[in-house]
Amino acid sequence: MFEAIILILDATLRVSTPLVLAALAGLYAERSGIVDIGLEGKLLGSAFAAAAAASVFGSAWIGLVFGIMASVGLALIHGFACITHRGDHIVSGVAINTIVAGLTVTLGLDWFAQGGQTPALIGDQRFVPLTLPFADALADVPVIGLIYSELLSGHNILVYLAFALVPASVWLVYKTRFGLRLRAVGENPHAVDTAGINVAFLRYRAMIICGILCGIAGVYLSTAHNAGFLKDMSAGKGYIALAALIFGKWRPIPVMFACLLFGFLDAVAVRLQGVSLPGIGEVPVQAIEVLPYVLTILLLAGFIGKAVGPKAIGRPYVKERG
Amino acid sequence: MSQAKVPVWVNVALIPFINIMLAFLVSALIILSIGENPIEAASYLIYGAFGYEEGIGYTLYYTTNLIFTGLAVSIAFKAGIFNIGGEGQAYIGGLGVGLTCLAFDSTMPLYIMIPLCIIGGAVFGAAWAYIPAYLNAKRGSHVVITTIMFNFIASSLMVYLMVNWLKKEGSMSLRSREFEESAWLPYMHEILAPLGITIESSPLNGSFIWALICCVLIWILIWHTRWGYQLRTLGMSATAAVYAGIENGKVTIWVMLISGALAGFVGLNEIMGVNHSLLLNFTAGYGFAGIAVSLMGRNHPIGIVLAAILFGALYQGGSELAFEIPTITPEIVVVIQGLVILFSGALEHMCKDRVESLFIRKAA
Repeated sequence: MFEAIILILDATLRVSTPLVLAALAGLYAERSGIVDIGLEGKLLGSAFAAAAAASVFGSAWIGLVFGIMASVGLALIHGFACITHRGDHIVSGVAINTIVAGLTVTLGLDWFAQGGQTPALIGDQRFVPLTLPFADALADVPVIGLIYSELLSGHNILVYLAFALVPASVWLVYKTRFGLRLRAVGENPHAVDTAGINVAFLRYRAMIICGILCGIAGVYLSTAHNAGFLKDMSAGKGYIALAALIFGKWRPIPVMFACLLFGFLDAVAVRLQGVSLPGIGEVPVQAIEVLPYVLTILLLAGFIGKAVGPKAIGRPYVKERG
Repeated sequence: MSQAKVPVWVNVALIPFINIMLAFLVSALIILSIGENPIEAASYLIYGAFGYEEGIGYTLYYTTNLIFTGLAVSIAFKAGIFNIGGEGQAYIGGLGVGLTCLAFDSTMPLYIMIPLCIIGGAVFGAAWAYIPAYLNAKRGSHVVITTIMFNFIASSLMVYLMVNWLKKEGSMSLRSREFEESAWLPYMHEILAPLGITIESSPLNGSFIWALICCVLIWILIWHTRWGYQLRTLGMSATAAVYAGIENGKVTIWVMLISGALAGFVGLNEIMGVNHSLLLNFTAGYGFAGIAVSLMGRNHPIGIVLAAILFGALYQGGSELAFEIPTITPEIVVVIQGLVILFSGALEHMCKDRVESLFIRKAA
């Protein structure tokens, strides 16, 4: 039983990682006042770019660079539409998701001629699991051994990076001048402008951070969690991350726990397939699948707490003149 | 502002034209970058969509779905609501059509089945839109987020129903039993044959006529009724609507119900018209494509029909193109669709402001 729980938690960490990264990415965008439903597209785009680059250049690290570049590029397109041209944030996000869904398959077929997939990645083309120091030595120690060597050790570097970025984000958002301005610009851009700070530049920087984080999430999908790119492999994770962002009320630590919760549901759903629970009977996998969405809707409706987003979110900022 | 000095044709024709040309230009660059000739690709595409009777039939069959979802998105847009849940509403609407067919196909004649299925699709589609609409009107939840969530819930719900309840017993594929022929929406070539017009057979069916009727009904509803006036007022300014004594919450809910019902009619075409059984994933992204159609068509029924034909042609021509040039996938159409959303939606001010200022300067 204990071992089963550890295994589920282990799987939870693995499936939560891209959610944590993407939700943090969304946090920077939305805290600056930009709605980003293009997370899904950025995930897919960077997953493709990373797998393609890793396969061609033979290195996961080069894949990481390309994945981040693709995602930042998409984030800047979103910024160009929403910040510079006062476009609708949702429309722009839908456009990016649609373009990426088509473009990855189109380019994939042309470059690799494998029906839109990239070749399977092997060896150095992937991020491999790291063994933490003494993990093997401690493996036989009861309780602690299992927790340390199974649960904490044996993940790839991106998993550790994702969870390290959570406290880093807390620091950046709440303890630095940039973070103060970032939060302010999402609440009241006029005030920020009055203080002599360039609203557009600040929002562009937020979008670049969003692009980098979302890029890492995509890279994780294709070069660490899976071995290569598959059509539509982001499979709604961008939207789940968005839900987690709302569920965590736009704050890094609660957002991380929301991601872990949604990841846990995902991990449990896989294990519960066809299992009959005492007293309840067989729970349909689909019922667990939809829980993140249902929970978020209930939260948004104010049935379990209240989710209030940044005030100026989704509204273009037009500088007053004269 | 000097808005009045800009000629009407600039706004309704020139700017949309420039935007779509930009989208096509970028698409052409993508095709060039994969080493194919964009002009050759375009000619295959146009031939595939309009070059022969069966091709035209397929084009209009895709057009039918896009008119329904385009209208659904646009009526919500008109009221200032972004219904991104067309995909889920179409899915559940199709479930409504399918369940109606499965329940009554052996007992009812076709002329009763047709109105029954229209009601079935409308009620189910509207019901799926009702919850997000209610939560928005009464509890202030954001429609965009809730409708996205409802798309995913719809998709899981359909899988559950198909696997556990509706799948034909003893069959491996996830399809319901085939409906009796009395519940098949007649094909266009069957409808036109008694009138002495013979056309080649294609999936185009009677739902196309219903789509056109819906366009007229929606046009009357939005521009020629009291209620339509309320809807447009809400879309222009929610605050003004409140001062005018309009109950915004009530209008929001009704708009979403109509929007969901329209999206649900996709099921008439796909389930009752072509597949003749319930199955998974028949909505194939039409709900999202409706956003592009509605943006292109500038939220007007005539514009929507034209934009739906354009996208229908891209869908049909795209598969022809992929057949003729194997290095190009039909997904190129999805890219074009996304680029249209980008240029005529997200970047609408980019060209509009420049072109308009050009005309204002000339007039001054």
